[in-house]
Amino acid sequence: MVPSPWVVRQVSKETPDTFTLVLDPPGGARAKFTPGQFSMLWVGGVGELPISISGDPARPESLTYTVRSVGPATQSLVSRQAGQTVGVRGPYGIGWPIEAATGRDIIVAAGGIGLAPLRPVIYHVLANRADYGRLTILYGARNPRDILFRKELAVWAKQPDTQLLSTVDYGGVAWRGHVGVVTTLFKRLRLQPAKTTAMICGPEIMMRIVARDLIARGVSGEDVYLSMERNMKCAVGLCGHCQWGPHFVCKDGPVFPFSRIASLLDRHEL
Amino acid sequence: MEIHSLEQIIAEHPFFLDLDPAYASLLVGCASNVRFEPGRYIFREGEEANHFYLIRQGRVAVEISPPHRRPIVVDTLIEGEILGWSWLVPPYQWRFQARAMEGAHAIALDGKCLRAKCEANKELGYELLKRFSQVVGGRLDATRMQLLDLYAAH
Ligand code: FES
Repeated sequence: MVPSPWVVRQVSKETPDTFTLVLDPPGGARAKFTPGQFSMLWVGGVGELPISISGDPARPESLTYTVRSVGPATQSLVSRQAGQTVGVRGPYGIGWPIEAATGRDIIVAAGGIGLAPLRPVIYHVLANRADYGRLTILYGARNPRDILFRKELAVWAKQPDTQLLSTVDYGGVAWRGHVGVVTTLFKRLRLQPAKTTAMICGPEIMMRIVARDLIARGVSGEDVYLSMERNMKCAVGLCGHCQWGPHFVCKDGPVFPFSRIASLLDRHEL
Repeated sequence: MEIHSLEQIIAEHPFFLDLDPAYASLLVGCASNVRFEPGRYIFREGEEANHFYLIRQGRVAVEISPPHRRPIVVDTLIEGEILGWSWLVPPYQWRFQARAMEGAHAIALDGKCLRAKCEANKELGYELLKRFSQVVGGRLDATRMQLLDLYAAH
């Protein structure tokens, strides 16, 4: 439960308010994780934050986190310089069902910074291409400036048996891509519902709507997974801070099948 | 010959999926083939709304021009979708502007002609209204989601 000091290797700016940090474990240790897991990152004097891992699971020499700077704690985190340390606990939680999804078509549906916890899935599927069917990446951002991992999106779009559909809620006249909320991409989706596993991450309303739309198109609620976000403290199922209905998001999640949490998603305060 | 091919195109467009062939024959009298060069405005806000378009190819941006600001694209439409429903409801004026982002092919359906046919044939009118209600409903849902500004920092 005590954070260990990881060394900042690199901080890079993704969008005007979102940054990616690469951290090296102390003593050259290996940093294994499952896509969808998170760590608790400690910034001295400010506090501890649960942050999803956004890097490549096949590269355990470091862990990568993509953070949106929205308050003092995240601002302090993204202001770290190479060579400084960040306290790290974890990785924690149950991640995306990459084993169970072997042999199936994969839909990755991300909204805004929700692409960060799903990037490890994309890396994994592309690195093990023969183990999976068709890969579809649906990505919605607020506007063209806020598109994450722009260069990688372009590379992913060119991979075999991969479809990238991206959109922004609003675009300027110079924007050449699609405009409309993320669900408007569905009309261009080629879907084999019975053999599809969907993994969704983004604002809760977006996840709810995307999950329901996929289910309406025949995908089973057991095969639709969402990554939930709640305030966390211990991150190991002891303090109850992240309790959501009968679940502890830190330990039972953050990734849940839709069928297990559908009734909770409709309630406003839990 | 051209009439026949237009009828076929109308019948095969997703907006008219499973349409009674008799209605497709009626609609074809109001239809024409159109093509828009990239960057060309198809209509502008405030103009009389005399048509709607079945997009066959290309991409069209639906834009709004806030006062003293550059236009904002609020939606893009592609092949298989329809552009415009202001022809259907008074005052028959475009609320937005539409621009071809790339070269676009479409079937234009003349609103005045269609309104006259719908008045004369209420079943056709009801059929069209049902299809347009779905489109308008879907766009209203999408607009509500846009208003939520889901990805803003809270
Ligand atoms: S954060 Fe303590 S139980 Fe989940």
